[in-house]
Amino acid sequence: MNRRILFAAAALAALPLAAHAAEPFRIGLLVPMTGPFQSTGRAINDAVKLYIKQHGDTVAGHKVEILLRDDAGVPDNTKRLATELVVRDHVNAFAGFGLTPLALATAPVATQAKIPEIVMVAATSSIVNASPYIFRSGQVLPQPATIAADWALKHGIKKIVSVVSDYGPGYDAEKWFNDRFTAGGGTVVAALRVPLANPDFAPFLQRVKDAAPDAMYAFVPAGVGGIFAKQFVERGMDKSGIRFIATGDVTDDDNLGDMGDAMLGVVTAGPYSAAHPSALNKSFVDGYREISGGHRAGFVAAFAYDGIEMLYRALEKTKGNMDGTALAEALKGLSFESPRGQISIDPETREIITPIYIREVKKVDGALYNVEAETFAAVKDPAKAKP
Amino acid sequence: MTYEGARQALAAPRRWQTMEFDFWLAILAAYALLPERSLLLNETAILGLFALSLDLVLGIAGIVSLGHAAFFGLGAYTAGLIGKLGLTEPILGLLIAGLAAGALGFATSFLVLRGSDLTRLMVTLSVSLVMLELANRLTTLTGGADGLQGIVIGAVLGTFEFDMFGRVAAAYSLIILFLLFLLARWLVNAPFGLAVQAIASNPLRSAAIGIPITRRLIAIYSIAAAIAGIAGALLAQTTQFVSLDVLAFHRSAEVMLVLVIGGTGYLYGGLVGAVLFKLLQDQLSDLTPQYWQFWLGLIFVALVVIGRERVFGFPQAVWRRIRGGV
Amino acid sequence: MLTILVDGLAYGMLLFVLACGLSVTLGVMNFINLAHGAFAMAGGYVAVVLVNGYGVPFLLALPLAALAAGLLGIALEQTLYVHVYRRTHLDQVLFSIGLVFIAMAVVDYTQGSQQQFLNLPAFLKVRLDLGVVSVGAYRLLIIVVCGALALALQAILARTRFGARLRASVDDPIAARGLGINVNAIFAITFGVGSALAGLGGALGAEILGLDPSFPLKFMVYFLIVVTAGGAAGMTGPFLAAILLGVADVAGKYYFPSIGAFIIYTLVIALLVWRPNGLFAAASGR
Repeated sequence: MNRRILFAAAALAALPLAAHAAEPFRIGLLVPMTGPFQSTGRAINDAVKLYIKQHGDTVAGHKVEILLRDDAGVPDNTKRLATELVVRDHVNAFAGFGLTPLALATAPVATQAKIPEIVMVAATSSIVNASPYIFRSGQVLPQPATIAADWALKHGIKKIVSVVSDYGPGYDAEKWFNDRFTAGGGTVVAALRVPLANPDFAPFLQRVKDAAPDAMYAFVPAGVGGIFAKQFVERGMDKSGIRFIATGDVTDDDNLGDMGDAMLGVVTAGPYSAAHPSALNKSFVDGYREISGGHRAGFVAAFAYDGIEMLYRALEKTKGNMDGTALAEALKGLSFESPRGQISIDPETREIITPIYIREVKKVDGALYNVEAETFAAVKDPAKAKP
Repeated sequence: MTYEGARQALAAPRRWQTMEFDFWLAILAAYALLPERSLLLNETAILGLFALSLDLVLGIAGIVSLGHAAFFGLGAYTAGLIGKLGLTEPILGLLIAGLAAGALGFATSFLVLRGSDLTRLMVTLSVSLVMLELANRLTTLTGGADGLQGIVIGAVLGTFEFDMFGRVAAAYSLIILFLLFLLARWLVNAPFGLAVQAIASNPLRSAAIGIPITRRLIAIYSIAAAIAGIAGALLAQTTQFVSLDVLAFHRSAEVMLVLVIGGTGYLYGGLVGAVLFKLLQDQLSDLTPQYWQFWLGLIFVALVVIGRERVFGFPQAVWRRIRGGV
Repeated sequence: MLTILVDGLAYGMLLFVLACGLSVTLGVMNFINLAHGAFAMAGGYVAVVLVNGYGVPFLLALPLAALAAGLLGIALEQTLYVHVYRRTHLDQVLFSIGLVFIAMAVVDYTQGSQQQFLNLPAFLKVRLDLGVVSVGAYRLLIIVVCGALALALQAILARTRFGARLRASVDDPIAARGLGINVNAIFAITFGVGSALAGLGGALGAEILGLDPSFPLKFMVYFLIVVTAGGAAGMTGPFLAAILLGVADVAGKYYFPSIGAFIIYTLVIALLVWRPNGLFAAASGR
């Protein structure tokens, strides 16, 4: 009852504003700018700035305003900040969300306020089910995980050990790879889970080595991926004939360049590589390097760039109508070329349909890159494909 | 000191000071005058309650704890889970969460009875980290790293439904905070609390005059744990979401910082600290989302190096002058 | 089996070098310095900048990183810490956490927030086969360097004039002052050495533990565990505790990967309930 009155009041307050044509289009960007996941927030922020710089800050007559908020990676902060963005700042859309719980905590706010929530990085499959206003611009883990499994089967790999971080996304990455791999006739010798707060990978890698599989499949969060891979090589496992397969997170372009030659030959399945050969990607990578102070664009930046493009295109499609429900309708079925290739939004599930590439780490002009070898176009989320 | 004199000295803190009335009036005014900051006020009230609970352990009983989030988190998960299972009445949820956290406090109190500050610090910290790992593992129960989904919380007392603007949430949390504060205040000034304070200042002498040290410490630790659990439950109910974060190390560290900023041992420290901390964090992170921690850190260092008295002394003097003028 | 032992040993040694400075400040000056990890981080970043940015050889960068962290430690000790020694433990916690926040923001501002990777020389990347056991050269280096440091520290503390003065200053600073020992100078030097060791640990550990601006908070817990479990007096306690924890952690995760995360914390609780003053606390205690 109380709620209804307040909403009515809010709607009334918003009426004269909506009539005003030059009302800015406000995007609440909720990202972790401090704390352990701050590099995610920084990349998102830079990519958003880049997009606006390249495409102008006016869409369909509205000036785009970004309201950046630091949630430090804590879900109750995200939810509070999101609500305040609605109540005090009258934002028209949410974007950002570095981690799954952050996106989920905001879902009820998006539903109640009826404004779209663009999940850029968080990669758990179930997120979009939490609200009819949630759309994803990044990836879901089952996409690269199943492609990696297919690739392994095709290349004569029979026995694998999976090593994943011991939390939600890790379980996703483990389940979808291992199930697909077993279904295709492969054997999962052991499924290891590494605690998130784990300073030394030695015991887990040693176990993999002693199990002597054909390949090790790994998912660890970007950042520690490099340490993990370096220790893999230091242990001489590449020489004892164990292949290293992973999702793209492990060889994130954001720091692949600094990881050293140990990474050469690592095979990953992922949606984005800074080495993707396209004119659009080149302008993205060059622009990002300039705006971020010399960093290479990684997948987080690419996802954020696409996320803002989604909002731009939706607003163009509604011809400047900033109503959340109209925007949500416009977001469904969008299809455009992104730095990673052609992507689209599944109108049924609001989930991203993205190309996934099999890449191998190689040297290009003296620096390490994920060089794309095989392309799987328009990959849907296999977790939602089931009847 | 005569018997009468001693009695009066002990009774004095029981009387309400004008400063105390001012404090609660200021909070009431903040609720009435700043409706659009209700969500922040709600968070502040919860943090204040959490810090109050730590003050009972740290300031009153002298037990240093860097793992208080264990109780906060258990309370949050308990309240969230029973909300999910269909028991949506919030007050009942608070009570059950408080009981659960109190039980954990009782069970772990035996670990912190002995040892130096540092030992207790590490034992409490380890307990909270074990809890965190457990919550991460029991994904079917807690939702793991994704957080607990599908919490349903009914209207408070069947009439006040939680709104998006946080008006009901803030009022609810503030009232619970005030009630539990009254309880803590009464407890500390009652013979029980005086005995606990005696233990904190001199365990040997307390034992000599016949205070059952172990039992008193276990009791105060369990009570504080229950209050922390209620604070966690408030968070779960007002945000209708629980994630692993409620058990994380930074939660324990933050509440300790809050208490130290406000000062320990006089119960208002946690509340004052929570207000200062939340205000600073909100303002600084609005100004500079990337580097607000730098300024916060600088303020912490300044507080200690220059001295809290001198930093807070100035506004206090101004306040006194204003009051004196009226 | 032996490989796991060696891995655990290297990890434990690393923990020791990182934490022993903290043990000194705590045991000697009774100061809770939660900012200890910030000095380790400073050393790590100095090493990364020198090696990756200026091409300084890794083995030369190690002592330079230690030196930089040590100088930083002495500078901060003289300007800030001296004012805080006599404050309560809680004030010290607030102060040192404040320092950690500042350090994290400064590193973030100057170096960026991404994970840093050291370019190791080729001879440290190889795997050595020592007959019964195969070890990474880098882990061997850690064991040798840290082991030598531990021995040297113990010798300095037990055999030299400085060590005697230090021990005297700890046992009774007032009496030590009365005997003409410059307690303040001794504390400053000790603090500097502790910071330098942390810096060395940070530089050595970057390869295994990683290095980013949240380093001081991420590893604070581990430092505290080593110091508490070892008993904050002398070098032997923290050393043995670090080795024990390192080996137990690595072996535990190898043999029981499903409960790996619980092992170290449960061990700490059990240890501290059994010996509240640490594994090797002096009988008298404080």
